[in-house]
Parts: sequence; structure tokens; C-alpha cells
Amino acid sequence: MEDTDLIVLWGSNAREAHPIFFHHILKAIHSGARMYAIDPRRTTSTQWADMWLGLDVGSDIALANAVGREIIAAGLQNQTFIDRATVGFEAYRQSVEQWTLDRAEAVTGVPAEAIRALAHEYAKAGRAQLCWTLGITEHHNATDNVLALINLALLTGHVGRYGSGLVPIRGQNNVQGGGDMGALPNKLPGFQDVENDKARERFEAAWAATLNPVKGWHLSQMFEAMARGELRALYVIGENPAQSEADTNHTVELLRGLDFMVVQDIYLTKTAELANVVLPAAAGWVESEGTVTSSERRVQRVRKALDPPGQARDDIDILSDLARRMGHHWATPTAEQAWDELRSLSPIHAGMSYPRLEELGGLQWPCRDEDDPGELFLHGRLWHDPPGGPPAPFTPVEDSPPLDVLSEEYPIRLTTGRRLDSFNTGVQSGGYESPIRRGETIDLSPEDGAALAVAEGERVLVSSRRGAVRAPVRFDPSLRPGLAFMTLHFPDEVETNRLTNDAWDPKSGTAEFKATAIRIDRLDT
Amino acid sequence: MDLRLMTAEPTAAERDAVDKVLGEPDSGWVGGLRRAVDGHAAVGGRSIRERRHQLLPALHAVQSSAGWISQGALNYICRRLTVPPAEAYGVVTFYAMLSTTPRPPRVAHVCDDVSCAVAGAGGLKAALERKLGPAGLGTGEVTWIRSPCLGMCDQAPAVFLQLAGGHDWAIGSAEPDSVVSGLVGQTPAFETGDSSDLHVSSGGPLLARVGKESPSDLGDYRAAGGYSALARAFDMGPQAVIDEITLSGLTGRGGAAFPTGRKWQAVADAAGPRYVVANGDESEPGTFKDRVLMEEDPFAVIEAMAIAGWAVGAEKGYLYIRGEYPLATQRLGDAIEQARVYGLLGGNVLGRGVAFDIELRRGAGAYICGEETALFNSIEGYRGEPRSKPPYPTERGLFGQPTLVNNIETLANVLPIINGGGQAFAATGTPGSTGTKLFCLSGSVNRPGVYEVAFGATLGQLLDMAGGVRPGRRLQAILVGGAAGSFVEPDSLDVPATFEGLGAIGASLGSGAVVVFDDTVEMPSIVGRIAEFFRDESCGQCVPCRVGTVRQEEALHRLIEGPPDGQVGLLNEIAAVMRDGSICGLGQTAATAVQSAVALGLVGGAT
Amino acid sequence: MSGVVITVDGRPVETSADLTILETCREEGLDIPTLCFLENLTPANTCRICVVEIGGSRALVPACSRRVESGMQIKTESERVRHTRMMVLELLGSSVDLSLTPLVDQLMDRYGAAPDRFDGGATVEEAPTIDNQLFVRDYAKCILCYKCVQACGVDAQNTFAISVVGRGFEARIATEYQLALPDSACVFCGNCFGVCPTGALIPTTEYEMRAAGTWDEDAQTVTRTICPYCGVGCNLDLVVQDNRILKALSPLDHDVTSGHLCIKGRFGWQHVQSE
Ligand SMILES: Cc1cc2nc3c(=O)[nH]c(=O)nc-3n(C[C@H](O)[C@H](O)[C@H](O)COP(=O)(O)O)c2cc1C
Ligand code: SF4
Ligand code: SF4
Ligand code: SF4
Ligand code: FES
Ligand code: FES
Repeated sequence: MEDTDLIVLWGSNAREAHPIFFHHILKAIHSGARMYAIDPRRTTSTQWADMWLGLDVGSDIALANAVGREIIAAGLQNQTFIDRATVGFEAYRQSVEQWTLDRAEAVTGVPAEAIRALAHEYAKAGRAQLCWTLGITEHHNATDNVLALINLALLTGHVGRYGSGLVPIRGQNNVQGGGDMGALPNKLPGFQDVENDKARERFEAAWAATLNPVKGWHLSQMFEAMARGELRALYVIGENPAQSEADTNHTVELLRGLDFMVVQDIYLTKTAELANVVLPAAAGWVESEGTVTSSERRVQRVRKALDPPGQARDDIDILSDLARRMGHHWATPTAEQAWDELRSLSPIHAGMSYPRLEELGGLQWPCRDEDDPGELFLHGRLWHDPPGGPPAPFTPVEDSPPLDVLSEEYPIRLTTGRRLDSFNTGVQSGGYESPIRRGETIDLSPEDGAALAVAEGERVLVSSRRGAVRAPVRFDPSLRPGLAFMTLHFPDEVETNRLTNDAWDPKSGTAEFKATAIRIDRLDT
Repeated sequence: MDLRLMTAEPTAAERDAVDKVLGEPDSGWVGGLRRAVDGHAAVGGRSIRERRHQLLPALHAVQSSAGWISQGALNYICRRLTVPPAEAYGVVTFYAMLSTTPRPPRVAHVCDDVSCAVAGAGGLKAALERKLGPAGLGTGEVTWIRSPCLGMCDQAPAVFLQLAGGHDWAIGSAEPDSVVSGLVGQTPAFETGDSSDLHVSSGGPLLARVGKESPSDLGDYRAAGGYSALARAFDMGPQAVIDEITLSGLTGRGGAAFPTGRKWQAVADAAGPRYVVANGDESEPGTFKDRVLMEEDPFAVIEAMAIAGWAVGAEKGYLYIRGEYPLATQRLGDAIEQARVYGLLGGNVLGRGVAFDIELRRGAGAYICGEETALFNSIEGYRGEPRSKPPYPTERGLFGQPTLVNNIETLANVLPIINGGGQAFAATGTPGSTGTKLFCLSGSVNRPGVYEVAFGATLGQLLDMAGGVRPGRRLQAILVGGAAGSFVEPDSLDVPATFEGLGAIGASLGSGAVVVFDDTVEMPSIVGRIAEFFRDESCGQCVPCRVGTVRQEEALHRLIEGPPDGQVGLLNEIAAVMRDGSICGLGQTAATAVQSAVALGLVGGAT
Repeated sequence: MSGVVITVDGRPVETSADLTILETCREEGLDIPTLCFLENLTPANTCRICVVEIGGSRALVPACSRRVESGMQIKTESERVRHTRMMVLELLGSSVDLSLTPLVDQLMDRYGAAPDRFDGGATVEEAPTIDNQLFVRDYAKCILCYKCVQACGVDAQNTFAISVVGRGFEARIATEYQLALPDSACVFCGNCFGVCPTGALIPTTEYEMRAAGTWDEDAQTVTRTICPYCGVGCNLDLVVQDNRILKALSPLDHDVTSGHLCIKGRFGWQHVQSE
């Protein structure tokens, strides 16, 4: 990151959501890198950018396609790379053909000149990093959004090289690690496919058990299954869906309708309050041993600094005990034993012994044996001649505006995000006193505030097609007229997710948190 | 960058003052009205952060319109220039001329430094206290405060009037009445600034035009041979110009005595872009020769800068002038304008296709900003703290680029060198000190003023030129080289005032200040004032100087007032750490004068 | 980088031109004291305790920031060097409260410093500033090393909430117009106290426990783990006493954080010990 020439920060307020990652961006900026930032709001991150492109919420694909078209129209694509390492360029070219700068300006709101500048600089940069977070993925068409960005990287060859690449920044300390460990409905540990017989057989042999050969439901599908009555019991470990899911009214109703729910968590969350059984757990990062994987695929050790309070127990203990009651004798492995078992089954983690993790301050996968230093960046193979493995495919994607459309009745676009000192639903970050936390507000542009004749601090009724909440108004000049902002940090004060849309992306299962049509009404007159 | 500003808003007048120097804001994000397009795109980043060098000019604008820098005004400047408010505040509080608290808009800065003390500054202060109340405390429209040397020691006691809403003004030979009427009355127009107070004696080319040609008329300057040197330099080519400077043996007149040709060569050899900086900060107590050059011969300074730019390959020059020089600022600004109009600055100088332009920057009351790297920081909009050297300015100077810094008098010497040749220049003076030198004689002399002499004259000859001490008085001591220099006694009158001559007796020429004290002067208070000067003017960065100057003043005070036991030893130890351990020349020389005074028994009796 | 040969205390030493004198001397096992230097910050070279004598240079030079040059003749403990170090300690010790500056007593002994020679002189005394719940600013202990300003500024946090304000002996670390931290740009990342060498900036927990006499370094453990919040993977060094976390630091030499954290990593641990 620090040695790149251009950073494109797309849909990410890393300054507040990933402050230390942003330190690295700042280092790059101070040593001369330029930055473009794409975000509907002029966030603190975008204020560091040489150019901010304030697109309309949900128009990312239109913008990306226009950038792609402009690069091709100007003849700036990396044709050598495209020819050698990719497939599908022609189809992609045709799919973006109609995305002229003017059309993109009309759809995204961003001046054509700014789009052109982004396209040209990205294509011409010696090294360029394209980074994104939830601003891209919390949409009904999240996967398409990501594909649109990948297309740009393939078009310019800004992938798989030192200082050039695609950088998705994860939201939580171990989202990546969860994926590593197979906590995905279609994957075994190490990203091995459940439906791949050979992979499954290896695990079955190691575990002396039969595994279900059919992939499972992801979260949004689970809730649909609950709605259909097909899913009747739920075991929730360290999640708080009663507050974190879009359209919480509906979610709570579904959870209430379950026959049986177990929640294993370090807090008595709102979800836990609805559970039949609550298993108090030790805090993984400080009351037990183990590993986590960061966004950059770096596996690092977490260590026990504290004894867990009261009856709380290590997750491994709880699960082993549970297994015992179900008739399996797991002998309660230590964290290191469990990890070594994983290493024996997941080739990409094989080289990461505890002593090495200790000594090297973490390792990035793939790390296939104990001499493997780990990979600084992925996809380097695309630069080999011939490229090792299959060519990388372009995937044409079509613009698809937010499903929750603006109307006369709901004229304001609400988008959601994080603030620096808080985190997700606030169960962890609520535990300390932050001098800068100011509670939930509905942030409006000063212009909208004036038009609605509301004052700062005044409580207003915020309604969407799904529900309504009350919140105090704050004027935020980083918003333009017609754009409003709330966080999800204070569900006990303001349940923002009563408003949001649970329409989800069929490919990734992420809900459309980022685009809700709302109206604002004054409460008292 | 993401700023979190304060909540205060500027008044309309403050906003106007800022907009006048910065122009109208170019988008809603930097203080302008929010336009629709601002909601969808914004330029930020480096191109905005690079506006920071406008910080001091913007602060000056507010200070001179409102009389102080309010939170609202600072906020607006920060938004306009994308400067974090804490940093901007750190800058404001660095400068004596800028106030962060409301104070009367019309302030008299009353010099009570070495030369003015000799000329009755004490009585003036007492009278002002009776008329206007204690220093700094005026509640109405006017107040007065103490000031270090104002560079008008030839007209001591001197007072600088900082007049918000009007323009600043300086008065010489100040009397209580002239100060009060200057504060409350109409400020004289700049045009009326005459040269009647001028005491100069020209023994060479530097002062040849001074007092004879109009400083405001480019035509006069050209008629008197102006711009022949630049034309010649263009004909010679850059390297030949540098060679001529080297041949002349010219050494810097700013105090550090560095060979000028070598400096020019180093900058020319470094990769561009390069800058030329003329150091007109002149704040060394007892020094006022650069003021005279800038006030009376501004076109010469400009021409010399253009030659320097041509020689080293710089297209941009900055002239940094101390904030307390209103008349020189006005005349230089005017001269730069005229030079632009006549194609002597700009994109096509003298029609030769050479680009060179000059920006005039005002200091704001900080001696340390005369130190070359502090000066860069000041121009760039940072606190005027010296940088660690190396890297030297010739490698990384202003805006991180190779930079030529020269003193005003050094630059003035360039014209005779180009016109008459380096050889001829070197033939004047002594082998170790070539050319002529401007000496600033002040204190207990009959005719204080600037005296140009060929190097080689002794201190006694200089004293004689200035008319000696007043009848019936006896010479007690001379401070040579300013506050950073040393005291010498009458037995040194035969010492040549050259680099090598003074070096041989452990003194130094410094800036060319020669402050004379007769037997009526109470030396302990003079020495105490010097210690106080360094304590006040230390930038505060490094421990030896920040704390050392305080401890030096305290120990000196004990030495004078008692109990004196052990204080001389302590002073020596403090002097050693300041000299050895300080970052810059200020700390390194902060003990020199005090040490010499103690050694000569001017304070604390003979030891 | 090219290798160069220099002389340190009379011995020839081979080193590399991109190293500072300090780095070279440390590799040689020489103990050069520092106060304002920290590996993860640009040297401010303001304290001058690290100065060494270099042949041909009039003033002493700071080892922390000066790069080695071929042929340099360095003396690390000459009479002038020792005098400067002693005086720096005395000047600081007589004007600032160094009671929480680690190892300062040993340094005083080593250089024979006796700050009480300056008793009665001006000091920077002032009452601690307590304007938020997370950390205390006790500037009577501040040696003006500039580290906090750099950590808050361009070396890490880039928030620029604090600056050196005023000039000379009156210079202090402050926000604009001395605003309370919550009214300033401060984002409470704590990176300033993470680098403060004197205890002038100190977490409230530590400040209060020290005041109550319950701060007991012998009973403390430091455990390295990973921050539980965002996915960047910041390493935390948790200081624990009696099964309670007292503060979170971060290793200077880890390339994810370089010793710096955000408010969540720095203070967000209270949820595991809410009682
Ligand atoms: C504390 C301090 C103050 C200085 N003030 C001035 C000044 O007012 N004018 C000046 O020309 N040089 C001043 N200098 C010297 C400059 O740093 C620099 O050496 C000089 O401008 C170089 O010009 P020269 O080579 O023409 O002498 C000062 C140096 C120090 C350490
Ligand atoms: S010697 Fe004095 S003026 Fe120079 S940097 Fe140090 S504190 Fe500042
Ligand atoms: S807590 Fe962080 S933002 Fe606040 S002053 Fe310290 S370093 Fe700066
Ligand atoms: S508060 Fe601490 S870190 Fe900041 S300047 Fe003072 S001693 Fe250094
Ligand atoms: S003007 Fe007063 S001492 Fe120089
Ligand atoms: S440690 Fe080098 S100057 Fe402070």
C-alpha cells in the first residue's frame, strides 16, 4: 500500500471504519501517492483524496462501467495483460459501450470531467490499489458491484503486482478468519468446496464422520427459510441478528417464531434475550488462545490475558462439551491442537505453525509449508508467462439502481455507515466512555434541514416503507441535499434497521443497508 | 485532509480581509457558497494542502484589519487553506505581532533594546505608562508594549506602530507625545516617508544611490545605471556569473560569513526546481543596514535577486522582510510592481526569454525567522522553528527544494561585482575580507548611521566616522556583531573590523552592528537586556536553548543582584551546553555576549 | 546502501550509509541515551541528550537523526558530550517534573547531574488538565519532546489535534485556543500517550491508580493479542493487573500498527471487564 502511486478508495470510509489501515494510506499519500475517493458522502476519508467523486447511492456500477468505457475509448487499457491473462474482454467492451461519460454523469450525478480524470489516472498509474468496503458490498447487487471493480483492475492490469491490486477491507476482526475456517455455507476450511467429493472425503476421513454433501443456507436464506417455516431451530455464536439485520421488526418476529434458539455470546445481547438457552462464552480475543485472520489474509495469534468472568467458558470447551453430550468424545483440544488439525486439512494454512506465527508476528496465506514465507499479495500468477492456472474472467455487469426507489412520498436517500469510535451494534464499543460519541442522529444536509424547517437537535420522525424511528437531527455538510445518514451503532436508542431494506444480494447474501428511501417529518409544530 | 474546525464563524470584515489576500473561495468546500456541483465532486488533497504557504499572509490580513486573530477568523483561514486549527494556532502564537486575544487595535511597540536603552527608552516607557497605563493593558483603542530592537537604532529611541484598520508605521527619535499622536492621529501616507533622518556615508558602491536617487522611480534607477548588471549577467551566462562571484571573494553579510560563490555553485549544481530567498529579516539588535538598502535602493535588491536567479537557475524568488519594516515593505512591493510592468520581472525578463519573479513575504515579529531554515518554515506556513542541518538549504531548502539564501547586503554586492568584475572587487578591502562593508553605528555616538567602508578600517576609525562619543564622555565598551556578537573594550580600537581581524580577538563581525557605550551607560542592564532578548526569542525547540537561556538570565541576575557566588561558573556551564548542544545559531551564540561581558568585568565586577 | 567505515571512540566500525549514528552505535552495543527519539517517529532532535562529538564539527551533533558519513570520527562520551548530557538533564530536571520518566535516575547518576543547582529557577509547573474520561494531560511533566505532536500529526494519526503553542520557555503542547480535547479535533486514539516518554500524557486508569497508590508494575503482565474490532489485525499489548486490563499499547516494531492504534483498540476493551 505504502509504495503505490494511486489509491482508489471506493465506498469505504476507512478513516473511521479502519483507522489503522488508513494510516498506511496516509503514509502512501505523504510519500507522493495520489488518491481518488468514491463515496456518496464527502467523508473524512474522501477529504484526503485529490479528487472526490460523490456518486448517487447505488450507482457504483454505472460509474465503474463508464470508467471502463473511457479507458477503452482512450485506448488506455493494458492490452498485453488482457490478451495474456484474461478472458471475456470483448463481451465486457460491448457491455460498457453505452456508458459514455455523459450518460454516467446523468445516472451518477458525478461531473463527466471527474469520471474522465479517474479513468485516465487509474489507467496510466504505474501502480494502483483499488480498495473497497461495505459501501460496495451492502447493496442488493453487492457481488455485481465487486465484479464491476474487478473488471477495472483486469482492464488495466492493476492486480497481482507489488503496489498494485484489489483490496477488500473486512469489517470485523475475523470475518476473513471465519471464511478461512469454513464458516461459509458452501465451504470447508481453507475454502475447499463442500460439494467437491474429494475435498469432503478428506475431512470425513480425518473426522471419522459423514458430512452433508449439499451446501447450506447463508444468513439471508436462513431468514427466508424461517419465514417459510422450514428452519425451526437456531444456534447463534457471537452474532446479534436481532439488531444487526436489515428490517429488524421482521427479523425479531422470525426469531420469536423459532421453536428453539441457543445463543453463545460474551454478552446478553438483544438476540440472547430472545433465546431459549444462553451459553456465556469467553471473549475470544482476550480470554482464550487462538488465531484470527485479518483483511490482508494475515493469520495472527490471539492470547489469553484475562480469566473469563463467572461461568463464561472458552468456545472450544463449550463445543467439546456439547459434542460429548451428543455422544462424541472430542477430548477438548487445546487451541494449538485444533489449529494443527486445521493445518493438516487446509493446504493454504499448512505452513503456519504456532511457533512461526509467534516468531514472525503472523503469516499471510497461502503458506503451504514451514519454509513458505506466505504471500504478500494474491494473483501474482497472472503476471507469469504463461499465467499459471486459468485466465481471469471479465464479468459484464449491468447497472441496477437501488430497489427502494425514491418517490414523492419518500424523497430522501438514507445511507448508513460507521463512526470512528463505535462499532456495529455497539455491544463492544458501548462499554467505554468515548468523549466524541454523540449518540444516534439523523444527519441531513444543511440545505435539507432548512427546507424542512427543522433545527439541529430537534427530534424528527424518520419513516421508510418498512417502519419509522425517531431521532434528533444533526446537520452535516458532508451530505448534499437529498442525502441523509445514520449509523447502526445505537440500536437501543434508535433502531435504524427498522428502516433499512432487507432485499439481499442473491449471490453473496448481503442486505441492502446502504440505500433506503425515507421521509422526514417534524414531530411537534 | 479531514479537518475538524471550531464552531466560531468569522465576521464579515474578517472574511473580507482574508478573501482580499486569498481571492474568492473556489468551492463550497473551502469556505465558498455550496454549489450543486460541490455535492458531487471536490478537489482536495495535495493541491489544496499546498495552499498552506498563504497562512502567514492571511493571518497578517486579519491582524491588521481586526487587531487580533479571533477563533472565527482563524477558523475561516483554516477552511480556506486546509490547515488544522491547532497547527494554525501554533503558528499564530509563535509571532509577537499576532495576538490571539482581543487587544486594543492600535499598539505601540516601544524598543528598549541595547541602542534605544542608551537613547532614553527607559524614560519613554515610564512616560507612556503614565499616559496610557501599564504595558499591554490598555483597554480602549490604544496600548503600548515593549519591543526588542526594531532595526532603527540610528533613530533611537524607536517605536513601531501597529495600527489595525490603517497601515503600520515606525517613528524614530520617539518622544511620548509623538508616540501618542502617532497612535491616535492620522497615520502619515507612505509617500511622505522621507529620508531626512538618514545618516549614511558612502565609501563605496552600496550606498552610492542612497539619498540621491528616488527609491520609488524605476526611471531614476535605470538612469543611474540600474539594470546594466542584469543585462551583463545575461550576456555572460550563468556559470560565468557564479565564477565572477567566486573570484570576488564575497562572503555572506548575514552573520555566518559563508563564501557566497560556493553557495551559488552548490545550488546551481543541485537538481531543480530551485528558489532564491533574500533574507531581509534583519532583527539582530544594533543592525539596520538592510533596512536602509531596502528602503532607499529597492530596485538594486530586486535586480540582484534576478541575477542570482539567473545564475543558479531559479525562476522564483522570495524576499522575506521583517514585519516591523513598513516603509521598506511598501517600497519593495511598489518596486516589484514597477519592475513587473517594465518587464524586469516576470516571464520574459529584459526581453531575454528568462523567467524570474519575486514574492514579498512579511515576517511577524520573530528574530529566529532570520535563521535561514526557520525562514523557510515561516514562508511555508509552519512555526518558524529552525530545521536540523544537514540537509543544508542548498540541497533541501524552501518547499524541500535546493535554495539560495542570501542576506540583502550580500545581494547588493552582486551588482558591483558584475559591473566591475570579481577581480576589482577582490582588490578592495583585505585579502580575507573583500569589498566594502556596511557598518551600523549606534548607541553613544554623535552620528549614528550606516557607514560604508572598504574592509580594513579599525573599530576606532569607525567610531571616529560616527563622530565619536559625545563631548565629555569616555568610551566604555563596544558591542560588535549585535546580541550574538561580543563586547570589546577601548583597548581593541586598533583592531581591524574584518572577519579575520575580529576573529583574532575572539569576536566576530556578525551582521556589522557596532553599538557603542560611553561611561554613563549601566552595563549590567545592557547585558541583562541581551540575556532577556535570547530568552524571549528562543524558538523553544531544543532544551539547551529553551531552558538554557532562562537559566542564563537567572544566573546573570543573581550575579548582578546577588548572591553572586558560583554564578560565573554556572554561566560558563550553561554557555557550554548552549554552544555545543543547541540546534541553531541562536542557541549557539546566546551566551557569547554575556560571556564576553563577564570576562571583561562589565557585569559582576572583576572576577 | 553502500557500506562506509567510520571511527567510533577510536575504533573503526563498518556500517551502512543509510543508518544514523545512533543506529550504528546501538549495533555496536553502545548505549547512547535518548529522550525525544522513538523508532516509529521522525526524529525531532529537540532534547539533545543523544549528542556526540564529531571531528571537524563545531557543535555536537544529535546521534538520533544524523546519518553516518564515510570517515566520520565520532566520540560518544567525550568531556563535551558528557557535559552537554549532564546539563540537559539538569535543565530538564530543574524545570520539569521527571518523576515518571523511566530510567531518568540512572541517567542522572551516569552523568552526575544535579538539577537542584538550579533550585528556585523558573519551572513549567501547572495543574493537570482533566477534560475527558480517557486520558490526562499533566504538562508539568512535559519535556516538549514533540513526540505527541508527531504521533498526532504527520507521523501517524494525521489528526493534528495538538501543536506546540507559544515560543521559547512559554511553549506548551495545546489545542487551538487551549480548547478542551473533546471540543478539539482529537479522536482519542491515544497515540500521543502511546509515545509520551514522561507520563505527561497518561491514561486515566493509570493516573488514578498512581494517585491511589495501587499501580504496581511488579504485579502486571503484558499479553499480546489482536484487537477485536475491525479486520485490520492490529496487535495489542494488554497491560493487566489483578485480572483487569489497565491499558492497551501496541508494539512499535509491528508493521501493521507501528505502535499506533485507534480509539477502539486503545480503549475499547472495557466491555470485557464491565462489572
Ligand atoms: C538566530 C539567527 C538569526 C539570523 N538572522 C538573520 C537575518 O536577520 N538576516 C540575515 O541575512 N541572516 C540572518 N541569519 C543568518 C542566516 O541564517 C543565513 O546564514 C544568511 O541569511 C545567509 O546569507 P549570507 O550568506 O548572504 O550571509 C541569522 C542566523 C541566525 C542563527
Ligand atoms: S537553539 Fe534556540 S532558537 Fe535554535 S532551535 Fe534551539 S531553541 Fe530554537
Ligand atoms: S488522542 Fe489521538 S487525536 Fe487526540 S491528541 Fe492524542 S494523538 Fe491526537
Ligand atoms: S506531552 Fe509527552 S510526548 Fe508530548 S511533548 Fe510533552 S513529553 Fe513529549
Ligand atoms: S531599534 Fe532599538 S535597539 Fe535597535
Ligand atoms: S534523542 Fe536525539 S535529540 Fe533527543
